[in-house]
Amino acid sequence: MTGDLLLSVRGAGKQFMQGNRLRWACRDVSFDLYPGEVLAVVGESGSGKSTLLRLLAARLGLDAGSVHYDVRGEAGADGGPGRSAAGLVDLAQLSEARLRWLSRTDWGFVEQHARDGLRMNVSGGANIGERMMALGARHYGKLRSEALSWMERVELETDRIDDLPGSYSGGMQQRLQIARNLVTHPRLVFMDEPTTGLDVSVQARLLDLVRELVNQLQLAAVIVTHDLAVARLLAHRMLVMKDGCVVEQGLTDRVLDDPQHPYTQLLVSSVLTP
Amino acid sequence: MDTNYNFGFLDERTKKMIRRAILKAVAIPGYQVPFGAREMPFAYGWGTGGVQVTASIIGRHDVLKVIDQGADDTTNAVNIRRFFARTTGVATTEKTAAASIIQTRHRIPEAALTEAQTLVYQVPMPEPLFRLEPRRAETITMHALAEYGLMNVKLYEDIAQLGAISKTYDYPVLVNERYLTSPSPIPKFDNPKMHMNPALQLFGAGREKRIYAIPPYTAVRSLDFEDHPFEVQRWKHACALCGADDSFLDEMIVDDAGSRLFVCSDSDFCSERREAGYVGTQQAVHMPDVIAPTPTPTPTAAKGMA
Repeated sequence: MTGDLLLSVRGAGKQFMQGNRLRWACRDVSFDLYPGEVLAVVGESGSGKSTLLRLLAARLGLDAGSVHYDVRGEAGADGGPGRSAAGLVDLAQLSEARLRWLSRTDWGFVEQHARDGLRMNVSGGANIGERMMALGARHYGKLRSEALSWMERVELETDRIDDLPGSYSGGMQQRLQIARNLVTHPRLVFMDEPTTGLDVSVQARLLDLVRELVNQLQLAAVIVTHDLAVARLLAHRMLVMKDGCVVEQGLTDRVLDDPQHPYTQLLVSSVLTP
Repeated sequence: MDTNYNFGFLDERTKKMIRRAILKAVAIPGYQVPFGAREMPFAYGWGTGGVQVTASIIGRHDVLKVIDQGADDTTNAVNIRRFFARTTGVATTEKTAAASIIQTRHRIPEAALTEAQTLVYQVPMPEPLFRLEPRRAETITMHALAEYGLMNVKLYEDIAQLGAISKTYDYPVLVNERYLTSPSPIPKFDNPKMHMNPALQLFGAGREKRIYAIPPYTAVRSLDFEDHPFEVQRWKHACALCGADDSFLDEMIVDDAGSRLFVCSDSDFCSERREAGYVGTQQAVHMPDVIAPTPTPTPTAAKGMA
C-alpha cells in the first residue's frame, strides 16, 4: 500500500426519480483507495452499495461530487486527452471512448450474476479472449494458450475451454468471469456481491482464489457485499452504508471489533455464528 | 416504357433523398447511412433496397444488368430487369462488359469491372454485428469507436468449435481500415474482388433502411487471425460446360446415385467462354456421398426394391 492514490472519491452522490420526487440513492460518499488495497462496502440491501459501485465504474453519471482515477500514462485510441495521461483525472472529464478503454483494460467488473458479465453464447475460451481481441490480439494460438493459462489460474479444468458457460456450475461461471476480467492485468477490480448465491464450500474456494489473486497481482478492489465474513477475509478497509450514506469507515478489524455507529453495532451483532 | 409511372418508379423527391444518402455513404466508406426506404412493389427480401438504389441512380442512357446468384435468368433477376425495363425504358443486357449498372444478389461478376460501372448489391442485413450484439444503440457506439473485437470473438469461436472459420458467405470485411461492413451474402470467394475495385459499389438494405458504399479503389480487408488467414473456396473440378477452373462453381445434383454437375455460377461468364471456344468435360462427376457414405445395398435388399 505504497505509492500514489489510485482512486479518490469526493462527495459522490446519485439521485433517482421515484414517483415525482428525486431521492438520493447514495449521497456524499468520500474515500481514497491506494494501489493494492481492498475496500469492502457493506450494508443492507437498498442501502446504495451497488449504485455506489456503478458510480465508481462510471456506469452511471454522478449527480454530485467527483471521482478521480489515476489513469495510466498511455495515449488514448483517439489520440487521447494528452495532459490527462498522468496523475488523477476526473472521470467526468473523460470521453466515452476513453472510459470504455479504461473499463476494458485497467478495470474489471465482476457481476453478481455471472450471466450478466459473461457472453453466454460463446465458449469459455472466447470469453477469456474477448478483452485481448478487443485490444487487437489477432493470433489464435496465443489467445488460446493465454486462455488456458488463465483457466488454470482460476482453477477451471482446461478441457472445458470449448464448452459454453451455460454448462458450467455457478462457482465455475464466477471463476470464469474473474479470469475474463483479469486477463488484461487491470489495476482495479469492482466486485458486486461475487459470492452471493454460491453454497458455502464453493464460496470459501472462491474467496480463497480472490484473496490469492489480489495478493499476487497487487490488485486494488472495491467489493460490495452484505456478508461481513467476506469483508473480514478480503478487505483491508471497509465502508458501512445505510440509506445511501456512509455511516462508518475504517480498517476492517477496527470496524468489526469495535463498531462505533449504532447501525454498525446492530450489523455486527446480528451475524449468526454456528 | 409505361408512362403511368415516374421514371424509375420512385418520385423525384424520394430519388433525391436516396441520392443524398448515397453521397454520404460514398464519403464515409463502409458507414451505414439511414434512409427513408419506401414500400416497393416487391416483398422484402426480394431486393427492395437494391431496387431503390438503382432507381435513384439510373439515367436514360444507362445499360442495366441484373443477376441473382450469378445468373441472369433466375426469377429475381428476370423480375427486376423487367421492372426497370417497364418503368424506365432503359436498355438491358446480360453482358457484364456492356452494362453500366449491375444490380446483384449474392455474387460479384467474374469478369473484371471498370471505372464506368456501378455495382448495386441487395442487402438483407447491413449490420455485421447483429448476431453478436442485439442492441442497435450499442452497435452504433461500437462502429463509432471502431471496437470490433467482438467480430473476432465469433471467428475465434468458429475455429475453437469447428477447426476453421465456418463463415462462407457474408464474410465480414473492414472497409478502408475503418468500418466493419457486411459484404451482403456474397460467397467469401468474391471478397477479394471488392478490394481496390475500380467500380463504385453501392449497398441497399430496404427492410433495414440502410445504404452504404465502397468507393472505387478502396481497401477492403477480410477479417482473420494471423495463424488462420483468410482463404477462398477452391474446387477440385472445373466447370463442366466451359472448363473454367478459376470461377465460382455451382454444384448440382443430377441424379440420386451421387452424380454432381459443376458449372459456373456466373452464367454470362460461362457462355462467353463457350463462345470463345472453351469446352468443359460436359460430364457430371460421380461423387458418392462424402459426408455420410451410404452402405452398399445387399443383393437381397436390391431384389426387394425391384
